[in-house]
This record gives sequence, C-alpha cells and structure tokens, in this order.
Amino acid sequence: MPDAISFLLNGELRRIERPAPERTVLDHLRLVERRTGTKEGCAEGDCGACTVVLGERAGDMIRYRAVNSCILFTTELDGKLLLTVEGLQDADGGLHPAQRALVEHHGSQCGYCTPGFVMTLFALHHAPGMTDEDSIHQALSGNLCRCTGYRPILAAARSVAGVGDDRFARMARDLLGRLDGLRRGSGMASAIDGEYGRYDAPESLAALDRLLAAHPDAHLLAGGTDLGLLVTKQHRALGHVISLNRIPELRRIEAGGDALIVGAAANYTDILPHLEKDWPSFAALIRRLGSWQIRNLGTMGGNVANASPIGDSPPALLALGAEAIIRSAGGERVLPLDRFFLDYRRTALGAGEYLRALRIPRPATGDFFRTYKVSKRFEQDISAVCGAFFLRFDDAGRVALARIAYGGMAATPRRAAGAEAALAGRRFDAAAVDAAIAALADDFAPIDDFRASAHYRRLLAGNLLRRALLERTTPETLAGVLAL
Amino acid sequence: MNDMPTGGVRQALRHDSAVKHVTGEAQYIDDMPELPGTLHAWLATSDKAHARILRMDLSAALALPGVAAIVTARDIPGRNDIAPILKGEPALADGVVEHVGHPFAAVAAETMEIARRAASLIAVDYEELPPILSIEQAIAEQAFVSRVLTMQRGDWREGLRAARHRRAGRLEIGGQDHFYLESQVALAIPQEDGDMLVHSSTQHPTEVQHGVATLLGLANNAVTVECRRMGGGFGGKESQATIIAGIAALLARRSGRPVKLRLVRDDDMIVTGKRHDFLIRYEVGFDDEGRIEAIDMELAARCGNVADLSPAVLTRALCHMDNCYYLPAVRARGLPCRTNTVSNTAFRGFGGPQGMLAIEAVIETIAYALGRPTDQVRAVNYYGGAGREVTPYGQRIRDNLIPRITREIAAQADYERRRRDIDAFNATSPVIRKGLALFPLKFGISFNLPTLNQAGALVHVYTDGSVHLNHGGTEMGQGLFTKVAQVVAEVFRIDIDHIKVSAASTAKVPNTSATAASSGSDLNGMAAMQAAQTIKNRMIAFAAEHFGVLPEQVEFAANRVIVGNRSLAFGELAHLAWANRISLSATGFYRTPEIHFDLERMQGEPFYYFTYGACVAEAAIDTLTGESRILRADILQDCGSSLNPAIDMGQIEGGFVQGMGWLTCEELVWDGTGALRTHAPSTYKIPVSRDLPPVFDVRILEDAPNRAATVFRSKGIGEPPLMLAIATWLAIRDAVASVGGHRLAPPLDAPATPERILMAVEALKERAG
Repeated sequence: MPDAISFLLNGELRRIERPAPERTVLDHLRLVERRTGTKEGCAEGDCGACTVVLGERAGDMIRYRAVNSCILFTTELDGKLLLTVEGLQDADGGLHPAQRALVEHHGSQCGYCTPGFVMTLFALHHAPGMTDEDSIHQALSGNLCRCTGYRPILAAARSVAGVGDDRFARMARDLLGRLDGLRRGSGMASAIDGEYGRYDAPESLAALDRLLAAHPDAHLLAGGTDLGLLVTKQHRALGHVISLNRIPELRRIEAGGDALIVGAAANYTDILPHLEKDWPSFAALIRRLGSWQIRNLGTMGGNVANASPIGDSPPALLALGAEAIIRSAGGERVLPLDRFFLDYRRTALGAGEYLRALRIPRPATGDFFRTYKVSKRFEQDISAVCGAFFLRFDDAGRVALARIAYGGMAATPRRAAGAEAALAGRRFDAAAVDAAIAALADDFAPIDDFRASAHYRRLLAGNLLRRALLERTTPETLAGVLAL
Repeated sequence: MNDMPTGGVRQALRHDSAVKHVTGEAQYIDDMPELPGTLHAWLATSDKAHARILRMDLSAALALPGVAAIVTARDIPGRNDIAPILKGEPALADGVVEHVGHPFAAVAAETMEIARRAASLIAVDYEELPPILSIEQAIAEQAFVSRVLTMQRGDWREGLRAARHRRAGRLEIGGQDHFYLESQVALAIPQEDGDMLVHSSTQHPTEVQHGVATLLGLANNAVTVECRRMGGGFGGKESQATIIAGIAALLARRSGRPVKLRLVRDDDMIVTGKRHDFLIRYEVGFDDEGRIEAIDMELAARCGNVADLSPAVLTRALCHMDNCYYLPAVRARGLPCRTNTVSNTAFRGFGGPQGMLAIEAVIETIAYALGRPTDQVRAVNYYGGAGREVTPYGQRIRDNLIPRITREIAAQADYERRRRDIDAFNATSPVIRKGLALFPLKFGISFNLPTLNQAGALVHVYTDGSVHLNHGGTEMGQGLFTKVAQVVAEVFRIDIDHIKVSAASTAKVPNTSATAASSGSDLNGMAAMQAAQTIKNRMIAFAAEHFGVLPEQVEFAANRVIVGNRSLAFGELAHLAWANRISLSATGFYRTPEIHFDLERMQGEPFYYFTYGACVAEAAIDTLTGESRILRADILQDCGSSLNPAIDMGQIEGGFVQGMGWLTCEELVWDGTGALRTHAPSTYKIPVSRDLPPVFDVRILEDAPNRAATVFRSKGIGEPPLMLAIATWLAIRDAVASVGGHRLAPPLDAPATPERILMAVEALKERAG
C-alpha cells in the first residue's frame, strides 16, 4: 500500500511522497516543480489562469479535461496525466495548434491569462462535438481575459475546436500504456498518513462506510471545487480527507428506470447528457453553473451536501421531487430532498452518514418544468435568485401538483409552500400566478447582500414564475429570452 | 529588391512576446528564479474603516518560526511618504488607519504561508473613529483630499436664468476594479552600498524609484527599478505599484535578504485603489431644439483616504464633461471627496469616462424633456461651425472628425433602418425590449500636466548590426514594445527581429513619466525615433565620407545600406563605422510641443490633439428580470495612421469590452462598515467571452493621418475605446425607455446591473401609469 502518489507530468513520471492533503496542484507546479507557466490569478477557480488539463483513460481513448489547478489537490493526480502549458510543444519546439492559433489571431496582450487559455483550447481541441458557438462559449466560460475583449481568442478557439489531430492523438496508445503502467506499477495510494494530515482513497462503498464510521469528522472530497476554497481562501488545514473519486458506485449515473440515479461523486459534465434528455431546462441551467473547469470536477452531490443557500441545482432538484439516498455503515435510507436541508449549511446527514446518490424522477407525459437563475453575469456567476417550477396537470388542465423552489431567498434552498398551494387545483394562468406571487410574500423573507437587495429578490421570485407562465402559454413573447 | 523590411510601421505585426505568452516562457516577476534566501511577504491590514492604533503587539508574530522581519511605520529609515502629486501619503499607516485594508505592518518570512500566519498574529488595539463612507457624507462634511476644482466659461448663471428650458438631474456612476490578471507584485534585492534593485510590476518605474528612495532615505541613484512586462496594468499599476515595491524594499532593507511581495487577489482588490465612483449633479438650460445654453455641473469623486492621483483624475473629468458638445456657458466643479475607503487611482480613461457619461446623461435629459430623439439633440450640440470650436477649458478644436465619424458609423451600422426595426419590435414585444444608441467620443491626448509630456530612449547598434532598444515606456500588454521597435526598424529599414526590446529600467532611461494617458507610443516612439535617427545620421555621414559619396547617396533599405553604387549589409556598415571609431549608441528625447495648461484657472491647450471614435450598440433587456445582453456593436475608431493595425485593433476591442464591464456587470459593493464585499472574481464579475456582442464590427478610420506631427502621424489608442462602451449603457437606457413609450428619461445609473435595470423599468411603469 504505497503512501506516495504517482502521475505523468507532461508525459514524465512523477512521484510525490506523502503529499499534504491540501497541497494544490498549482503550488506544487510553481513552488516544487518550478514550472511557472501556470499562473495564479485568483486561487478560487474563477479566473482560469491556472488551467491545466487532466488526462485519463476512457475506453481506448484518453479523455482530456480542463481543470483549475489552484483548487485541485495533488492527491487527485494519482494515476493521471497532467498537462501544463510547458508540455504542449513538440520535440523541435513547434507550437501546438492551440498555441499557434492564439499567436496567429493576436490572442494575447499581457499574456498572463494566456497559458490558461492555451490549456482550455487544448481540451477543446480534444472535445468531440464542441464546435458550435454556444459550446465554445461554454468551454471558455472559466477563463478571464482583461486585455483582448475575447474576439481574437474566440477566433482561435473556433479554429481548433474538436479538431483533435495533434501529436497527443497520435501518441494516445503510448500514453494509455504509460497510464496503465502507473496503476499497475506501484499501485494507487489508498491511505497516506503524513505529518500534515491523513488522506484516504477507498475503492468501495463498504470501505468508505468503515472509514467514515471511524472518522466522522473527515472532509469528504468529491470534486473539491468548494473544499479547495477552505484551503486557499480560509487557509484551513484539512487534517483528514477522504476522496470519493475511486469508488465506482459513487461516480455512476443510472438512467435505466423511472428515475435518474446520480452518484454523489458524478461530475456535472458527465451528468449533463442525461439531464439534457429528461429535463432540458435543468441542463441549460447546469451549463451556466460554474465554468467548464468547475463542471469537469464539481459534483451535484457536493452541491447538495454543501447545503449552500445559493447552490444552483437544489431548487431544480426540490421542484422535481428528487430524493437523497443516504448511506452509512448502518445501511441506507432515502429522504425527500425537501427534508434534507435543515438550516444554513446544515443537512439531515448524521454522524457517519454520507450522500450516496440523488434520485431524480423522470418526466411523465405533460409534465411542465422550468428552472431559471438571475445573476449579474450570464456565465459562471452565483445566482441572486434561482427559481424552479414543476407542474403536473389533471385531465381538465388544472394544476394537480405544483412544486416550486427557490435558491437565494432563504437560509436554505426551499420550496414555496404558499405559492404551491395557491396554484393547486387551478388553471395555470395569470390570475393563478398573481395569487401565487402574493403568497410568495409569506413564503420568504430574503436578505440584502452584495448580490441583490431583498426587494429585487422578491420581485425576481415572482417574475420568474411569470416567465414560466409565458413559456407555458405564449412562448413567442419570450423570443430571444434564452439568449439573454 | 524588396525594400520593405518586415517590421516597419503600419504593419500588423504580432506582439513581440506572443510566442512566449503561449508557451509559458514569458516571465512575470513571480516567475523569476528566486535567489537563495528570498523571503516572501504579507501585509497586515486594518479591518476598521477609521481608527487610532492604540497598541500594536508584534511579539507573537516575531516568535513564529520562519519569520525574518516585520516593518511598521516606525521602522522606516527615510520618510514615510509615497504621494505621487501632493505630500503626506504614507506607505504604512502611522498611528491611524484610514480604510479597511489599510496596511499598517508587513511581514517577511521563509514562505508566504508563514508570513500570512504571522501577519494574522499581530495584535492591534484600536480606538474607532467616525468614518466617512459615502460621497454624500464627504460633501456634507466638506471633506476633501485636495482643493475643489472649478472650470468656468461665460456667464453660466445668467445663461441658466435666461434659458427657455431648464432641467436638473443626478447620476451615480460606479467605480471599477482593474482586475489585471497579474496582481500587484515586487521583488526587492539588496545591493552593495545599501543600494536597492527592485523588480516591480509597474507602469511608472521612476515613481517607484523615487518612492523606494524616499522610504529608504537613499538618493535616487541608489535605487534601480526594472520592469520587463506586467500582466496587465490599466492604470492600476501607476501609483499603486509604489506601495508594494516600497514595502518590499523596506523588508529587504530590514532583513538584508531579497523580499518578494505579491498580493493575493483578495488583498489586491482590498488594499489597492480603483476607478473613482462619481456622483454627478447638474442643472442645464437649453432652447427648443435642445441646444445647450448653459450648464452647471458638479462632479464629486470618491477619492478614498488620500489624494493619490485624484486631482489629476478630476482635472481630466472636467476636461471631458463636454465630450463632443459645445457648451457656451459652463461651470463645472470637481469635488475630490475624502472617504474612509481605499484611495482610488488611475484607471484607463482617468476621469474621462465619468465626465463623458455625465454629459451623455444631460443630453438624454434634454431629449426626453423636449420629446425629441436623443440623436437630434446630440447633433445640434456637436462642436463645429463659427464660434463653436473652443472647449470650456479654452482649447480650440482644429481636427474635428465628429461629422465624418458620425456619418460613417451610421452607414456602417445601418443605423436608421435598425432604429425603425427596433421600434417595430418593441411595439409588439411585451417582455423583451431592445434599444439602440449612437455615441461619438472625443478624447484629449497628452497628460493634462504639461511637464509629464516628455520621454527618453536609448538605442545601441552593435557591430553585427543587431540593435538594443530601451525607452521609458513599460509593457503591460498594450504592445508598446512592439510599436516602438517598429519605429526603430522603420528608421534603420531593418527587420524587427534584429531589434531586442529590453526591460524598462531607471538605470537606462531616467526621469520618465508613467506609461499612461494613451501617450506611450506618442512619447516613447518619438524619443526612440530620435535616438535611432541620431545613429543613422552618424552612419550616413561616416559612409559618405568613407566611400566618397554625397550624404544623399546613402540610403537604408531592406536590411542593407546603399552607398552610391555599393550595397552593404546593415551590420557591415555598423562594423565598419565601429572600426572607424563612430559612436553607435545614442539617447533620444522628446517633449510634446505646443501644449500648455494653467491648473489654477483650468484654462489652456493641454492636449496635443484629440482622438475620435464612435460606436453604435444594440441591447436587449428582459423586463421581468432586468437581465440584459448587448446584441451588436459597430465601432469606428480614429487611430491616425496606425503604427500597427493589429495591436490597435486589440486595444479597441479590449478597451470596449472593459468599458462594457464597467457599465454593466462589474459592481463594487461596500458594506456598512466600509468593507469591500466584492473582492475576488467569485463576487466581482468582469466580462467573459459570451458577453462579447455576437455581432461585433470594429473598424479603424481610414485615411486619417494625425493633423499633429506625431510619430508617423499615428494617434494614441490606449484609453479612448473604453469610452466607446458608453454606447452600450445608452442602448440599455433606450431599451428601458421603451417601457415608458420614450416619454420619460429612464432613471438608470451605472453600472446597469440586472437589478438597476429592473428597478428603472418598474419606476417607468409606475410613472407612465
């Protein structure tokens, strides 16, 4: 059982003995490897200057994902390929197509954000099908540039998106062999007890159950996009981290039955195609959650278990009637999500319990569902208010079931009981919506903060319901609204 | 023979560091290999807006293993003053902290993490003092960081009284964080004799040199400041860099070891200044056609705790509150409000954007008051025609491009047809509304203070014909090094890759001005051209004498020199000149001619020329949520005869998007204790790629050489395009106004966040009944 992790840095084998559980990949690159091409811009996964690419086996291919190295812990590199801006040129120093495109289109000015864009463009180069304008914006959503205004970067991105014919494609077999070798060779680290803390990477639910029973206060690491901030922004030592990323059951997404079962450690990028089929409005919202880099790591399970009042998936999950599948050494229980969030960042999870999966019902014929968020910026911003609206109608066209939920309106994501009651049994029309909006005033007492005033939040909560009505009745009046 | 070398002026060359940018080889200060023993620093800062420090206990911090040095105001060997214009602005707070984030001590330690922990262990007892947290409060208490500025012309009082129509108004204009991707950083390395070498990410090496020398009690010649490149500046690294470099140097002096101070993003945003937010109040008198007869405007700026560059920012705001409009009688007062918030500073446009936004709001107020289209009101007020050519500060406009540029942008953008289309769309669209605006700008180029309009350069030609180029300008991404190298290549008629651009250094070119005010290539390009020309003249004189031809028979072309009927490689002639003891090194110097300005009276001709531009923007808003989107922008920008169209295009597009951020999604929010709540990209939102208008047609005005004798008749381009984004704000306002049938002025301040837009929509709905 090794207490070191090993990975390929730009193809070269690296081992880190007893890594501190909270050492970030960015710090490792800059301070230990002295590879300074990768930059720190914000240390919170919001600017993309630190973007690197992770490569992993996916069938007989390597799947490349752009991620933020500033909030990624080195432990999560175990068994993977890490590519940085220094590793893209060929042996003769020839530029990678992503690099060449940025040069040719005048895509850099001060150049500080450029290595991050290079790596995002590299991942885009290898992302099948992401060639349309919308996909390109999604791919670039996590990279800030303050100089160019993006036009030349977009031109460079268009020219390389989905091409995937570089030397990395040609050497895929060789890289796969070396990745497999990593795992076969010394094996993956499963428990590291170092001077800075403890790290576990169990490989089964049973092993996780046992660990958590023994160490109920350990931090669970799935995507780590929030946990990383405890380290980089609150400067906390994590002490004990248990990674969920090597337990296949937790990363699994089951779409066979009457519900989508989303493993708690499944990332958004993997979930999206399933949501797209069942609940396209939810998928559209998730594509605005965080950035490409964040969605490549971040998990819906984490978004729920964190119980942030402004998480983007809980309102939709509440409105869809999702359930939390909760597990511990003592067994499993299923809890409707509206009983999961107890108070500000407090959940129904007891000591030794963890979220195993989310169960999202699939649509029945005639179900109406929409979810919307409003934020200062369309991409990669946190909601002022996020609303979700699920309606099921009876044969007479009256509302048989209404589930309405909001984020940003209370200390937890919460359903709007009064508004739901106001719609029940009525036609979904302007009068019913007015009644529901009146009821919202009693459902919520939102606060003023730097994202929005309480007054604006109240207005939005009602107007998002009006928008849902318009989408139901006269969608043409919203022409272009989704492009906003 | 092709006599066009690759690299002269007018060519769309790529940035000189482009390849290094994409490979990660371009070194920023935090990337430089660290000398053994290098320490890392962290600032201890105030969490009170205004308080007296009763006691400061460093013992716990000093006891932390790995801590090498701590400095406070008491440990400053020289004078604790880094004021760029006035006096008495300490680098470290002395006895009283004046804003949240005010540094009062700094720690140097073996790692950044240790320094951070040590800084948090410094115990401070405060006695809280009443803070001033808003512009209005500062005005009420008459709290100013410098004198109130007044610019006057004509009898504005009588003009207002006699005008047929009169309106008063008020506008709040938000500030803006620079959000350069590379946060502030400096590396100070002690030298022999107590000298200090400082690598500083700065737009103003000379000011950093002076600041460090003052703090350390050294002569200027004992401090050398270098900057190869910045990861963005935008004005934020003009005066603010001195704080960082100064503190790093103090710690280096105290510890005797190299010290690097790099602010993490949150500290950068909390500790260093931003674009000033403004409160504008005005009264305007006008005739039936909307022609302005008199105006009285008060421009109150949140300066923060000290003056920094604020007096100059306000001066430029006053000199741009006319924009393209002739104001016959005017009083404009600039109020430099002292607040217990971080001291605001230079930011691309330097007060110009706020001045222009103010007058655009006035124009709209007039239009809505008369029920006339805003475009008509703009047109009747444009400069031009007899007696309508002099600005309120007394400068005659000799290069008026407003008629040409507004005509051409209207055609480029198909303005009239789209105006009709949008009106038709709005007539049948209850929720989504569109708006359109055509906005022209005029921006004065030169530092307002004539003294600053000077530059130096140093050029060496080596005996192999390679050229070393240095000048007083700094590279922050704007492509200055590339442009100036193009100028030198043009003089010598050699390929640009024969020219090595080198880090700005106070040891090579002294007494420089900031790279600011859109003047970088105007000033440094001219200085470098002069230096190169001096060497070239020597080479010509030598060649003529050596080969027995007339000087007119010596011609430089395509990396060669034609001497009579001989042809030598440029390097051959250089070697030959050296062998014959001809100096191949020269300095160049340039001072902008003709300009003068009386800061007391706010009168003169401060600008060597004006640059012009125009933008047509189309916006859509959602009247249920206030969300907005810029659907299309057409831009026509004057660059004179562009030195490098690719680089100028980059400045136009980038400046526009940065301006769009200022006016839409970027919002600085302070809480009731004076703490900034939006201090990282998670909470402060600059534009991303999707915010770029889907239709974005940017053109450089053709056949428009500068009337003034600038370097190859080019024009400065750094700042003006930022203000083109005012069109986006106006377009959003136009969309909002449609809710009230264009009968009422939309009560919309800046930035036009979704919340402000929705509140304006709601207010119009209410008032329109």
